[in-house]
Amino acid sequence: MKTTRRQFIKISGLGAGSLALATPTFNLLSGKQKPQDDIKSKRYPNYCEICFWNCAGWVYTNEEGKIWKIIGHDDDPNSNGRFCPRGTGGVGSYYDDDRLKTPLIRYTKEDGSQDYREATWDEALDLIATKVSEIKNKYGAESIALFNHGSAGKHFTHLFRAMGSSNIAAPANAQCKTPRENAFKLTFGHELHSPEPLDIQNADCMVLIGSHLGENMHNGQVQEMSMLIERGGTIITVDPRYSVVASKSKIWLPIKPSTDIALLLAWINVIINENRYDKEYIEKHAHGFNELKEYIQPFTPEWASLITTLDPTQIVLAAREMAAAAPAVIVHPGRHVTWYGDDTQRLRAVAILNALLGSWGRKGGFFFSSSASVGKHPAYKVPYPKPKWSWMDIRPGDFPLANTGITNVLVDGSHPDYTGENKIKAWFVVGSNLPVSIPNKQRTLEAMDNMEFIVVVDTMPMEITSYADVVLPEATYLERYDILRLAENRYPTVALRMPAAEPRWESKPGWWMAKQLGDRMGLNQYFAFESYEEVLEAELSKLGVTLEQMKEIGVLKLERPYDDAYMHEGDEIEFETPTGKIELLSTELAALGFDPFPKYTAHAEPPAGYYYLNYGRVPMHTFSRTSNNPNLSDLKKEHDVWINPIVANDWGIKNGQYIWLQNQAGVISDFPVKVRVTERIRWDSVFLPHGFGHNNPKLSRAHGKGVSDTQLISNVMHDPINGSTGMRLNFVTFLTEDPRKETEA
Amino acid sequence: MRYGMVIDTIKCVGCTDCVVACQTENNVPLGYARDWVVEAVVGTYPELHLEIRTERCNHCIDTPCVRTCPTGASHIIEGGIVKVTANECIGCGACIESCPYDARYVHPNGYVDKCTFCDHRVANGQDPACVSVCPTYCMHFGDLDDPNSEVSKLLATRNSKVLAPEAGTKPQIFYLI
Repeated sequence: MKTTRRQFIKISGLGAGSLALATPTFNLLSGKQKPQDDIKSKRYPNYCEICFWNCAGWVYTNEEGKIWKIIGHDDDPNSNGRFCPRGTGGVGSYYDDDRLKTPLIRYTKEDGSQDYREATWDEALDLIATKVSEIKNKYGAESIALFNHGSAGKHFTHLFRAMGSSNIAAPANAQCKTPRENAFKLTFGHELHSPEPLDIQNADCMVLIGSHLGENMHNGQVQEMSMLIERGGTIITVDPRYSVVASKSKIWLPIKPSTDIALLLAWINVIINENRYDKEYIEKHAHGFNELKEYIQPFTPEWASLITTLDPTQIVLAAREMAAAAPAVIVHPGRHVTWYGDDTQRLRAVAILNALLGSWGRKGGFFFSSSASVGKHPAYKVPYPKPKWSWMDIRPGDFPLANTGITNVLVDGSHPDYTGENKIKAWFVVGSNLPVSIPNKQRTLEAMDNMEFIVVVDTMPMEITSYADVVLPEATYLERYDILRLAENRYPTVALRMPAAEPRWESKPGWWMAKQLGDRMGLNQYFAFESYEEVLEAELSKLGVTLEQMKEIGVLKLERPYDDAYMHEGDEIEFETPTGKIELLSTELAALGFDPFPKYTAHAEPPAGYYYLNYGRVPMHTFSRTSNNPNLSDLKKEHDVWINPIVANDWGIKNGQYIWLQNQAGVISDFPVKVRVTERIRWDSVFLPHGFGHNNPKLSRAHGKGVSDTQLISNVMHDPINGSTGMRLNFVTFLTEDPRKETEA
Repeated sequence: MRYGMVIDTIKCVGCTDCVVACQTENNVPLGYARDWVVEAVVGTYPELHLEIRTERCNHCIDTPCVRTCPTGASHIIEGGIVKVTANECIGCGACIESCPYDARYVHPNGYVDKCTFCDHRVANGQDPACVSVCPTYCMHFGDLDDPNSEVSKLLATRNSKVLAPEAGTKPQIFYLI
């Protein structure tokens, strides 16, 4: 076995023994609409960090001052006072005894093996400041990359900008929504952002393509979907699996995986050829309709039927349902849309379909969000130095529309096989479990092995922590001040996060770590504050509200400055596209040499005995980060792989049996997974909820429970438009005997 | 006054928020639950039907659990809420055996525990925790004796069912179907 410089260290036992734009219209009573449950309890405002929806709520402590429960805030448009199970179970992130407890420093023992030792904060921070300064002097600040996720990442982003590096990436983009953001920008001149501005509560029809709302708990959208159901609205679901929302749909289209573009083109064909599009809207606002009409002619429902395996009559009926509801119809843009490497084109088809239905900027379709703006503390007004190069120069010429740092491009620039000039030499990883959150784990590990220095900031001993030189334990969101949440939504809000309890063990807030490092590296002017309360006070002062007032109200609800949530009749609208119109024909894609209209491409199919690996969510977990949360683990400790009864019968596999999965490249899962034999899945596919199969034993609840889909996603299709990573062209087969036991024998 | 719940299976997505909200509100120890979610699938791909239900004590009118309790720990309070007085319970399990809904469990401290309809919240004019958090608004709580209550109106206008009606316990949790 090859020895690596960077040995995987299990963090074991260590530390266990140590202990606006608008006028504020708020009044101080608006946050107090709920009666206190118990006069002995106290409550502190916060916004949830368990997922990116960042719902605002109250953290209650009990009479002993210990964290008790978390409840949504009624003034919060993301949650409307109701948290999802993850937010309610967020208390477990505080109580998890497996948390990182002290700073840890990697060292080499006399026998050459490596381990971590506990360190003081001063020791750990001094070491990081020294090493980072060395690397900066030798290779430039640009050679240090930041991977981040969530609120804490913002503090380290500030540190990196101050240092002179813009090599900053979040797997939340190229592994998630970049194709969608590009496609909507290209078509409507507008990205969608988060939460997506979908007017589901006023829609009469919603079309979900591979999106399983209700199993992914995008809180506000799940709530509004329920309102749509209540009103008798139509849901159309396209999914190879009989998802929960498929069971609530008027039409469920059990599509063959990877053929969605064919279906979308057929829908466009029907809506144009049956004259069901919004003629006035298209005439007034769209560019390229005649060209689209000509282009779309071959793509009939019958053509799509042969590709998608769907009944052509059903395809037509679904298109008519959408058109009947227009413009109060939403063809949902999805969120994690990086599937097959031609995802931007698929999302372009979704955008075009919405344009034809006239749903953009219309009631019951897509509304325009509004968000608050706050002031700046002087430390955040100091200009940042200009980096000499950035992630865009690592693979120059590739991925012209990449709009944010691409995680996998930074991995490329870190990998030993990279021959370009712009090499990455060190990593900071903040709240992002890279070996599990981005595909092609082996390549990530090789890149990490090539780094001169790695710092990991996390609350939990995630797998990534085992590759760090220094590990810093972060306080959970329930124990810290943080950036203000300025969510985009129907109306602007500002939400405060403040500690409801002291940080456990030696954990510290992200802002404090960034400041300590900045101060040590001579970047004091960027961190010229004593406490984060000072920063918050300065930011809030622009809105005429104090931090003390925010502690009382939690959420500051503002009014929209203009009546501009929807387009108005007769408005002259200039869209932020090259033609100033909604671009059915994308002039920008054409100019870059890409197809100006979406094109269906046939993708690889599973070889005999293999099945499409379809992955997705369960409602009580977020990614791989909550699997060890005591409360959420209690709701679901392990996942199962869904197999159709016909397939199970062929294999002689029984419900509840444990099997191993092997992908098309021979990668075998580390652990076995329980089988769920169910009619709810196609016979050419399996379904595997994401986020399980952790291999760090220090995650005492999550370790060894199930299979990491990421491990089996070794085939990655890069979207040439923006570099996002398509992950759904991986196939698995079943091993009923322990494969590792066999090799030992 | 007769408290009951009306739960809309058409809206429920089975997210289990009701379960974790109950656990935190009532300090239910990890590994135990007073409520839970059931998924029932019928049919053959692709002709399928799925019903999702959140279940708990049905606060029956005819209560075998109270009848079989040898110490009187299991009892009925105002509004028909079935409760257990922990320090009168000897943990014999007779009530658990008699319950057709498997709604009771033995708390690690030795007494039987179950859903209380969050009577401490109801006394404050609040909904039970499970109802108050539900992101799909599929759960409704109120007075079934009052024809103008939300629960009564829903039962009057929608199709509904109860679980295990053959047990004859007159359960007070109704499922809209």
